[in-house]
Amino acid sequence: MKVEFQLNGKPVSAEVPARTTLADCLRHHLQNTGTHVGCEHGVCGACTVIVDGAAVRSCLMLAVQADGARVTTVEGLAKGDELSELQKAFRRHHALQCGFCTPGMLTTAHALLTEEPGADKERIREVLSGNLCRCTGYVPIVEAVYEARSAYGKAK
Amino acid sequence: MKFAPFEYAAPSTLEDAVRLLGKENAKALAGGQSLLPTMAFRLATPALLVDLARIPGLDRIELDAAGATLGARVRWRDIETDGRLARAQPLLAAAIAHVAHYQIRNRGTVGGSLAHADPAAEMPGVAVVCDALVQVIGPNGRRDIEAGKFFTGALSTALAQDELIVGVRLPAWPATRRWGFEEFARRRGDFAMAGALVFYDDADGKATNAHVGVIGACTRPHRVAQAEAALNGRPIDDSTIQAAARAAERAIDPPSDLHASAEYRRSLFGTLLERALARARKLS
Repeated sequence: MKVEFQLNGKPVSAEVPARTTLADCLRHHLQNTGTHVGCEHGVCGACTVIVDGAAVRSCLMLAVQADGARVTTVEGLAKGDELSELQKAFRRHHALQCGFCTPGMLTTAHALLTEEPGADKERIREVLSGNLCRCTGYVPIVEAVYEARSAYGKAK
Repeated sequence: MKFAPFEYAAPSTLEDAVRLLGKENAKALAGGQSLLPTMAFRLATPALLVDLARIPGLDRIELDAAGATLGARVRWRDIETDGRLARAQPLLAAAIAHVAHYQIRNRGTVGGSLAHADPAAEMPGVAVVCDALVQVIGPNGRRDIEAGKFFTGALSTALAQDELIVGVRLPAWPATRRWGFEEFARRRGDFAMAGALVFYDDADGKATNAHVGVIGACTRPHRVAQAEAALNGRPIDDSTIQAAARAAERAIDPPSDLHASAEYRRSLFGTLLERALARARKLS
């Protein structure tokens, strides 16, 4: 089946079997391997991407369901080689070690702060509860997201 | 793992959707947040997925004097961001705040939750406790199914294979109604080990029209008549709350599993009902 959507601002298309998840379409058909696939059944949050402004699990969405949508992946956050403020905050706070969960953490946090730049730590924790990290213990991730809020507040 | 192969169709009318659902091993797809994990475990291997995304009108939330109607494709996020519902259907709004995690809430739908009928799901519990009607369409037209008769067991409903949920109708909610919702999960957003839903109306300082429901602890959401009887006609004070909670514990029949023993779930439900009632009493 043919699927067409906007990926990080650019139109893309792929020919995929109906059973292809959006995650596999991004990685295998469109070679955007920034999106990571962890559990493949909607528990770990690693595959989170942003579809029409909303953070979703790309392993729980068929590629054909994304037809006509605007999709943002972790590749869409930086401007060329310059990291976004959120990404810089992750680096400053050592909010990643192995990095496997990081694309999902970043896209989730990006969607949250775009919608709610005033999110407090409690809200950040609640939203990130859908993303598993086995390295950091979460504290530096929450700190990084909290610090990055100012960049989103100004952008509004 | 990867989903087993299936055919995919995205009809643009309810009639076409129903016709397609009449095919061998067809399943309706809305947000996919319950169906797709089931398929990832290969517990479900449908031959055909009928995507409801292109059918107009299923994403509407309609409020009128007689109540609220939620279309099958209304997402948790839509309920959360619809400012009217917090006042018009406060128990719904409070319960929905506990559904799953952020990303799931952006895709998961009312119709999907009702059709999947997970014992711990919040929406089926709200539907049962509020005496909602599940609106369905099939080859012979539309019918309404009382929520209390809709859920027949774990992951089981009264829905026929070729029937489709189009919405759920919640009766109007008097502004003075007292209510409470409590659930307990080990991690926020996870499936609750037990949850208690309660509301009652006040008649001269005494409870009337009490509705008590259980989710999570038992194999399906249901009302708990013994707890309701312990509330009706009595002032909601400490001793009434205790009596209702103990009656509720005795009345339910939870299974034991990996997560909790039957005794634990029974006790947990009683405690949650106490808390829900304590909250209801404080509402002004």
